[in-house]
Amino acid sequence: MELLRLATAGSVDDGKSTLIGRLLYDSKAIFEDQLESMERVSRQRGDEYTDLALLTDGLRAEREQGITIDVAYRYFATPVRKFIIADTPGHIQYTRNMVTGNSMADLTVVLVDARKGIVEQTRRHAFLASLLRVPHLLVCVNKMDLVGYDRDVFEGIREEFASFASRLDVRDLSFIPISALQGDNVVQRSANMPWYEGASLLHHLEQVYISSDRNMIDARLPVQWVVRPQAASVPDYRGYAGQVAGGVFKPGDTVMVLPSGLTTTVAGIDTFDGPIDEAFPPMSVTVRLTDDVDVSRGDLICRPLNQPTVGQDLDAMVAWMTERPLAVGDFLALKHTTRWVRAVVRDVRYRLDVNTLHRDESASTLGLNDVGRVSLRVTQPLYYDSYRRNRLTGSFILAAEDTNVTVGAGMLHGPD
Amino acid sequence: MDRGRPGAGTGRYQLSQLENIEAESIHIIREVAAEFERPVLLFSGGKDSVVMLRLAQKAFWPGRIPFPVMHIDTSQNFPEVLEFRDRCVAEVGATLVVASVQDSIDAGRVAEEPGPNPSRNRLQTRTLLDAITEHRFDAVFGGARRDEEKARAKERVFSFRDEFGQWDPKNQRPELWSLFNGRHRAGEHIRVFPLSDWTELDIWQYVADEGIDLPSIYYSHRRRVFRRDGMLLSVGPHVAPGGDEEVFEATVRYRTVGDMTCTGAVESVAVSVEDIVAEVAATRLTERGATRADDRVSEAAMEDRKRVGYF
Repeated sequence: MELLRLATAGSVDDGKSTLIGRLLYDSKAIFEDQLESMERVSRQRGDEYTDLALLTDGLRAEREQGITIDVAYRYFATPVRKFIIADTPGHIQYTRNMVTGNSMADLTVVLVDARKGIVEQTRRHAFLASLLRVPHLLVCVNKMDLVGYDRDVFEGIREEFASFASRLDVRDLSFIPISALQGDNVVQRSANMPWYEGASLLHHLEQVYISSDRNMIDARLPVQWVVRPQAASVPDYRGYAGQVAGGVFKPGDTVMVLPSGLTTTVAGIDTFDGPIDEAFPPMSVTVRLTDDVDVSRGDLICRPLNQPTVGQDLDAMVAWMTERPLAVGDFLALKHTTRWVRAVVRDVRYRLDVNTLHRDESASTLGLNDVGRVSLRVTQPLYYDSYRRNRLTGSFILAAEDTNVTVGAGMLHGPD
Repeated sequence: MDRGRPGAGTGRYQLSQLENIEAESIHIIREVAAEFERPVLLFSGGKDSVVMLRLAQKAFWPGRIPFPVMHIDTSQNFPEVLEFRDRCVAEVGATLVVASVQDSIDAGRVAEEPGPNPSRNRLQTRTLLDAITEHRFDAVFGGARRDEEKARAKERVFSFRDEFGQWDPKNQRPELWSLFNGRHRAGEHIRVFPLSDWTELDIWQYVADEGIDLPSIYYSHRRRVFRRDGMLLSVGPHVAPGGDEEVFEATVRYRTVGDMTCTGAVESVAVSVEDIVAEVAATRLTERGATRADDRVSEAAMEDRKRVGYF
């Protein structure tokens, strides 16, 4: 069984909670005690129907105010795949939450209300999903029952969205007409829309091809931990533990360790369950090298003929997530793969309007929920790839040096 | 699992979903060992903590787990579980720290709740926070899963606790990619949940695939019980039935392992891991809804306890 991580985004009215509730309910991932609890709270509040949003709105404040505050994670499985849903609110802290929810997603579901068509929020969601390089974007045109299951409405929205998406970096774009409330095209193909010949939403989620989304070309192992048991049973054992961030490693491979630049060979790849012949993303392994080279946490193991960019001057798209604005001259803590370095903001090149994609080159700061192109200088060289080439070696987070809070997320530009 | 052929799942270079979440969990555990000075792993002998211990073992193999294991002992635990705890910790060669709720009561740090058969569930929080302060632990691994409970569904993998051990659900650090932020000041700490993305069924499938030993009470057995609030409670030194509560013998097992006073059994004939996997796949009740009195106090019982420092 494979794993698919999906992110959903939508506003209060577009039926997102109903859709998730239906997916969970129909795949038997909602339990009777949860349903009873939702029914009880809905009754107490005087709702006319059971509010499925109560399933995901778990915090006291959310239930009291009827709003979603934070990203919630939900789980369901079919015989084919396990799904992890990162469910993000549409309005409050949208950039911060959307960026968080989409950072690990294989697929993003954008909901459009068939009656309203594409609105500002639709464009914003699509843009943020493309900024985060989510490989698959799925547009669900919801509430088709309220427009008489009219094919022209669906086709109109599809054309308008596709034209907007052509300005974005979207690799795989699909459209499904649904009614979350009535269940049309959610789990089963709908008899109400015979003109639609594609898959149901669930079928699409089960079948979308995700194997090629990882970077299997550029071998990258950021070293997390040096395994040195110093035990009689394994004298002189020295292994470099980490999660493979790209490419394939095999025993016998010639590899290079950065920053030392020394070249050696993979002697073996170990796991608790025995040695393995190949390591690839996202496996967590321990690599032994034939030569006794100096390797420590924060180093990167790669191939000598396929090295990452090495540099101290970074050019990145940054999503800013805190009230205090980002400004030139700010010092920040930056985490990239397995290392923390200090960074100073050299330049805010432009701020991007996430609704219109307009670049404001006069901007000198980024405020809460802004996205912009930023130049940074870091204290030590990073070994990185562009984010479009590798989401793991091309991303970083920023933390405030005084409060330690995570304040920004960065996606690196590279030579390619 | 057969790691000689990684990706035994669906094709070459493809991990199964369990291999996938296992790799993520190991990554998380290694990050903590590398970035914190004094981590500790909470271990109750329950299935989640047993799986977490196995993942920690895998993360550092062939080295030993580079941090101690801590049990918050309410002195109302199932004896089978305590025996299992000691055996399990000895097998992996870890150091065991036991922090006792009884000691907290004797020292006057907390008062036993009034009434017959008081639960010590809430009292554990004080004992836990005192132990964290005493040992100066800066990272505390917990086995909580997001599928367990609605407040937990919103919690981060690296979850910040202030100097009072409090969780502020409305002000959590954003968590992106697998770049975890464990930065904190002295006196603050981070709770770390490596099993965040695991479901109850994942845990059982993993237990089956890995051949992991669990306390015997997870499997079907005969036990003297009585019914209270729709739950089957075991008759024992800390739990006595009231006058109108009839005691009977039943074939039961436990879905969660907590304090004897607040953990209910479910009627079940599942005697093997395979039976349990089938049973969990078919169940219509969440494990906490079915068996935990501590979550039945109110809609936000878990959130309220977590805010003040609970697991």
